[in-house]
Amino acid sequence: MAVSPTINVGDDYKEKYGFFDPEKFVFKAKRGLSEEIVREISWMKGEPDWMTKMRLRSLGIFRKKPMPTWGADLSVIDFENIFYFLKSTEKQAQNWDDVPSDIKRTFDRLGVPQAERKFLAGVAAQYESEVVYHSLHDELAKKGVIFLDTDTALREHPEFFTEYFGTIIPPADNKFSALNTAVWSGGSFIYVPKGVKVDIPLQAYFRINAENMGQFERTLIICDEGSFVHYIEGCTAPIYTTDSLHSAVVEIVVKRGARCRYTTIQNWSTNVFNLVTKRAVCYADATMEWVDGNLGSQITMKYPSVYLMEPGARGDVLSVAFAGAGQHQDAGGKMVHVAPNTTSTITSKSISKGGGRTSYRGLVKVHPGAHHVKSFVKCDALLLDEHSISDTYPYIECDESQVSIGHEATVSKVSDEQLFYLESRGIPAAEAETMIVNGFIEPFTKELPLEYAVELNRLIQLEMEGSVG
Amino acid sequence: MRGHELADFEIDNLRVGVDGREILKGITLAINRGEVHAVMGPNGSGKSTLSNALMGHPGYQILGGRATFLGQDLLLLTPDQRARLGLYLAFQYPTTVPGVTMANFLRSALNAKRGYDGKDKSKAISPTEFRALLKEPMETLRIDSTFLSRYINDGFSGGEKKRAEILQMAILQPQLAILDETDSGLDIDSIKYVAEAINEMRRPGLGVLIITHYTRILEFVKPDRVHVLVGGVVVRSGGAEVADALEQTGYSEWVDEPTVASAGEY
Repeated sequence: MAVSPTINVGDDYKEKYGFFDPEKFVFKAKRGLSEEIVREISWMKGEPDWMTKMRLRSLGIFRKKPMPTWGADLSVIDFENIFYFLKSTEKQAQNWDDVPSDIKRTFDRLGVPQAERKFLAGVAAQYESEVVYHSLHDELAKKGVIFLDTDTALREHPEFFTEYFGTIIPPADNKFSALNTAVWSGGSFIYVPKGVKVDIPLQAYFRINAENMGQFERTLIICDEGSFVHYIEGCTAPIYTTDSLHSAVVEIVVKRGARCRYTTIQNWSTNVFNLVTKRAVCYADATMEWVDGNLGSQITMKYPSVYLMEPGARGDVLSVAFAGAGQHQDAGGKMVHVAPNTTSTITSKSISKGGGRTSYRGLVKVHPGAHHVKSFVKCDALLLDEHSISDTYPYIECDESQVSIGHEATVSKVSDEQLFYLESRGIPAAEAETMIVNGFIEPFTKELPLEYAVELNRLIQLEMEGSVG
Repeated sequence: MRGHELADFEIDNLRVGVDGREILKGITLAINRGEVHAVMGPNGSGKSTLSNALMGHPGYQILGGRATFLGQDLLLLTPDQRARLGLYLAFQYPTTVPGVTMANFLRSALNAKRGYDGKDKSKAISPTEFRALLKEPMETLRIDSTFLSRYINDGFSGGEKKRAEILQMAILQPQLAILDETDSGLDIDSIKYVAEAINEMRRPGLGVLIITHYTRILEFVKPDRVHVLVGGVVVRSGGAEVADALEQTGYSEWVDEPTVASAGEY
């Protein structure tokens, strides 16, 4: 029991998640995107020449690629009105005491230091564009586990970057992966050596705290043969009035017999465009699990994917999306079966309320020769009122006959009978509805560490407030 | 208005409709705490309409009449307010709520009763109190401990659902409990456990309204008053002897139906 900290979740959403500290910048680039800005970012970070060139090449790709039109409406994004880089403190702190007090206050209110003391193996908390605080337990370091912000990792372990960076998600993959590669900053780098099992989750808190600031973190995780790691990313953002862009890229390599779980709970403020590319490649008998919770944001487009490269590989996506008024959560998953005897599941749970829209968009692709593939996709949508929308785009591309692919989709409403039953026990209507919604996503919640499960239930409660009556 | 003093639970000429059709055509009942009443009737007589309407199910329309509970106009209250006032309904067909554990559900119900709204922690029930409260009724009802981590009625057998309803009643300690065909679908052992639990709960502060088709449960829980409901009206009221008479003749006096006692389970 001692390892389960209580994240102190406050009573009021604005108090808890909408506060902001006065911006305090060491460096603030100009708005908009140019070759000059990209060079400046790379120069500020003291990057090797090849990375500068890759950034510039990616900028060219970004400019050439048209805006994707197959999903959510992205036409309102003004790329020229965004800050592409901020650095909030000169250098990273190794010790909590060295963290500047205004930043510390932000983290105190999010409960990070308590969590760190009691539970965390390491904290890489991203405040604005640069990691300001990072710690790692000695024992993990002794085992050879590397857990750093990506900028530092590039300086200290360039060999991983020349080998893997941009190979799982190349800049040309899509417009936003190109943008991220051009202006990326921060993010996490993890390397787990052969046979090492990291038994406590590695966590990072991400936060956008500057108005109109894009956040383009870049994460690279390499699980060597037979290893295990669980990485947890939690996001909360303060509430601002102008549009904000979050466009991350997450690349993961899971080698033979290894297992990686990547858990995200995102709660962006409702003006954020959250356009994220996440992909893992999975080798023989390896397992990749994406556990992905999307609350908040104005538009989210996110389809964590797994490329199953060798026999025995397994990929799982478990996702939850909650869309309230004015929000569109376009989320799902992608499983690409390249090798025979590979398995995958995609489980999607979505909740729409107040006219919000959730879309499940998924792809199961089976390459020629990938026989005895098993895949199952299940999407359940819960609509809380008549104005809300849920739609499903399940794509299957199969070039092999000996496969088993299942798909199941349900759309339901909170039933009057369930509400009446809970109310008849004295539970007020609003609380009863929240209980039912939390029950609906329970298959997701039960996969989370306790304090995240508590926080997610609390976030759902906040989202639900005022939705009844 | 009637001349006598108001009973704790007073239903006066209550008329209730479902989908525009009048089902209850003027029901009058007076129940005091400490008493056990039985409402008996054949299928389609309006028994479940009565229980659902009294609890405030949104699908039932009140067409006329009054219902007061402890001096308050029951019909003005929402279902959760009625519950917190001390009204309890053991459902005939308790619904399933996937993903919500019985423990979470029971704790939320207890906290609601105690006025805990998520702010003043001193009002919330402690884990120790919670366990202590459940221990005895769970033993009486032969409910095993894994029950608490199961989802509300999810995968419960018919008997488990009914026993869970009585367990909730035991811990919520209502002032008036309506048992809607709690005995139907139960084997004889389960009826005994349920009856035992109800008898343990009998006290001066609790009124019980047993709604049933059959006389069997009344062999174990002796009613003070029995009312026969047929076609949406009470056709006879009396003491326990009314149930005894029904056991002999069934509802044949009013409807074409075989005797009550011999009727099988469905």
